[in-house]
Amino acid sequence: MQEPLRLLLSDAQAVDSIEFVEEARLARWSSEADSRGLSLTIRGLRKSFGDNEVLRDIDLHIPSGQFVAIVGRSGCGKSTLLRLIAGLDQPTAGHITFGEQTRPEDIRIMFQEPRLLPWARVLSNVEVGLGSQRKSADAKARAEQALVEVGLQEKRGQWPAVLSGGQKQRVALARALVSRPRLLAFDEPLGALDALTRISMQRLLERVWHEQSFTAILVTHDVAEAVALADRVLVIEDGRIANDVTIDLKRPRERGSAELAGLEGAILRDLLQGADGTTDL
Amino acid sequence: MSLIESLPRLRTLRLPRADGLIQWIVPLLILLIWQLACSSGFVPSRVLPAPSDVVLAGWKLLLSGELVRNIWVSFWRASVGFAIGGGIGFAFGLANGLSSLSNKLSDTTLQMVRNVPHLALIPLVILWFGIDEQAKLFLVALGVFFPIYLNTLHGIRTVDPQLIEMGRIYGMSNAELFRRVIFPGALPSIFVGVRFALGIMWLTLIVAETIAASSGLGYMAMQAREFMLIDVVVLSILIYALLGKVADSTARLLERLTLSWHPAFQNGED
Repeated sequence: MQEPLRLLLSDAQAVDSIEFVEEARLARWSSEADSRGLSLTIRGLRKSFGDNEVLRDIDLHIPSGQFVAIVGRSGCGKSTLLRLIAGLDQPTAGHITFGEQTRPEDIRIMFQEPRLLPWARVLSNVEVGLGSQRKSADAKARAEQALVEVGLQEKRGQWPAVLSGGQKQRVALARALVSRPRLLAFDEPLGALDALTRISMQRLLERVWHEQSFTAILVTHDVAEAVALADRVLVIEDGRIANDVTIDLKRPRERGSAELAGLEGAILRDLLQGADGTTDL
Repeated sequence: MSLIESLPRLRTLRLPRADGLIQWIVPLLILLIWQLACSSGFVPSRVLPAPSDVVLAGWKLLLSGELVRNIWVSFWRASVGFAIGGGIGFAFGLANGLSSLSNKLSDTTLQMVRNVPHLALIPLVILWFGIDEQAKLFLVALGVFFPIYLNTLHGIRTVDPQLIEMGRIYGMSNAELFRRVIFPGALPSIFVGVRFALGIMWLTLIVAETIAASSGLGYMAMQAREFMLIDVVVLSILIYALLGKVADSTARLLERLTLSWHPAFQNGED
């Protein structure tokens, strides 16, 4: 217990004392130094597009290695928040700071669409994810390794056009994973998949998150998915964090269990109440 | 007839050779009917010579070296004109697709020029260049410029912006983004432009050579008309058809080699 604690003291100055215990818990299974998750602090974040204020005054701390799900109705600003975290857009006010110095390869985002290059074979598509290390000698080996992680090594020489929707999304996941990111943002990556493929993709996401212990931020409209995967669910309403729910259930979680259903119901009631003032489901 | 009986058998075999032969059945059939119509006297030879007479005329011209020289001259004009006009069109398409400043500067002008039929410039071109090589090259280049320009521009404009965003997120430099995302994305559209341009290339060359030239296939046809050598006139027309087919097949081959990722080219159909 001494060893991880000492390691944490050195790089956790920015972390509040409340999160310290959580940090220690997560640090236990982060073996490699460069695969530890990034912690994230957001202060007074605002974003407007013209007169339309999408995010108003977000304050948030996400400790290293946490799996956070962000839920909310369409247009509540959850995807905007994710794009700001991933650095795709600039905030109107406020700032986002990471616990440590980051390289561009440390933060990756995965979209609802796989966004694969149709004219590149599966393996080359994964190599794209290496960023500035694309030209290094072990690029191909690392891409192959990432394909093994998502179980698609036998498709390495295929064109994306011949893959199914779920397989394309797994290639996109391999591309996001290949640079060993420390923060992975998911923008409804399973939204376009059928129910069974979704469940196996959720298991895959949980597994790679567990193995590589990056910080995961998942935007989803599916509350069941959020409570099944996340350590913590943030409910966003009208550009603010309306609710912050800790899901303290042990993994692997059983789909359809009473505890999950109870949490899902509570969050859904909350969302619908905020929407039209009724508690009917 | 044995030819028709063998058709379904060839199809079920699905040999690439057999597939390649099927497309020639109709031209050969036409040739056969043509030959029969002429040799039976149904069509007088002053109206249309028999294919055998055309082949004979071709053989004579081949022996005298005239045919090869004229084909070579026409082929040279077509390819050099195509390279110049296509190259400039491609460059403008790239520049205007990638830079909005360049587009604002030149697109309106180019669209105005585009609406002038380039063959309407023949009198002016003859005044400028006489009937030298430059005149033909200028017209061919002008003709192929627009289809290649427009389709390159369109191809670059319609590259999926989500893929471009993806490339930027994964740290591609501008050069890399162009090489890995924008150019391959624009390529199908560029090929459409190339195939349009090939058609315009031959059309322009025929017109230019029949009006103002002292060599080439079009000139050969015009000379033959003066001497009432109708077999040579028909020969020239047939050679144009063959050269056009060769150019189109080359474009298709290139298309199939570079667009093998595209679902439309994955079954290897023609």
